[in-house]
Amino acid sequence: MPGMRMTAATLLLLVCCGAAAAAGLSARHAWIRLLPGDLPAAGYLELVNTGADSVRLTGAQSPGFGTIELHESSEQSGVARMRRVERLAIPAGGTLVLEPRGYHLMLSGPSGDLQPGERVPVTLEFSDGTRLPVSFLLRDASGR
Amino acid sequence: MTRPRHNLWAVAVLLMLAAGCARSPSPWGLHDISGLMPPLVFTLHDGSGHIRHAYDFRGEVVLLYFGYTHCPDICPTTLASLVSATRRLGAAADRTRILFVSVDPARDSPAVLQRYQQAFGPRVTALSGTPAQLRELTRRYRVSYGLGKPDADGRYEVSHSSAVFIFDRDGAARLLATGTDGAGKIATDLKRLLDG
Ligand SMILES: [Cu+2]
Repeated sequence: MPGMRMTAATLLLLVCCGAAAAAGLSARHAWIRLLPGDLPAAGYLELVNTGADSVRLTGAQSPGFGTIELHESSEQSGVARMRRVERLAIPAGGTLVLEPRGYHLMLSGPSGDLQPGERVPVTLEFSDGTRLPVSFLLRDASGR
Repeated sequence: MTRPRHNLWAVAVLLMLAAGCARSPSPWGLHDISGLMPPLVFTLHDGSGHIRHAYDFRGEVVLLYFGYTHCPDICPTTLASLVSATRRLGAAADRTRILFVSVDPARDSPAVLQRYQQAFGPRVTALSGTPAQLRELTRRYRVSYGLGKPDADGRYEVSHSSAVFIFDRDGAARLLATGTDGAGKIATDLKRLLDG
């Protein structure tokens, strides 16, 4: 069962491997839009970097989802698209905003028991090897 | 599958805007496309698998949007904004209909469409069709869509129009909204259409 395997893998990462926590990085307004069934969800948040160095967000893991990718939406010349991006930079003293119609986490393979109003932990991974655990509020398809 | 092409409706809107400069200011907040797009005509199926025609929705102001359910960001954001616009109409919301047409029928079976529309409430009806039916409808409104290459897991992205076409209760094309038009602006024009 892929959901179970992911849970175990994430626990292992969180508990035993002891990657350094991200210094100078904090998250706010973290929420996830759930769609019905096994449709992929979108995650949004603001990442503030009060550190002296630029950091890049490179990935994320969560016991609530099978895989998480960084994505960018665009609407140009009347065409809406979505593409995967490998990393997103948070400049020193700057803020990275993931928001509807822009950058987002694409969370595929939701575990069946996620409910709007609850929270799910997501571990963000950065280019310097640090990690940041963030609690995301689950919202419904309309973002409520 | 069709690759995304340049969207002709954007050109049509530019022409219309250019023409508009010479005329009196438009009473509409959104783009007025009266006479520039054909009336609403389609044959598709709904979440019960039943065939639906455009004339089933005569009597309602129709908001037509193309997308796909595996779209976690732009499609639900747009649908939520359209639903929010209709809510602002109060009881008159009952005379509006948001048609979400999936251009990804391979993944969007009737059962998926049914669950998807329920997540957005009673004003949304999710539809899809055969590739030929979808081609005919998208060509009619000069929009395109394209299915990307599947990755190793068989997942793929879909490019689709960001336009929302709005039809009056007789099925005539009247207004064009884009994803970035706010719910308040859309609601104002919907009210005007319903009153007119
Ligand atoms: Cu995405």
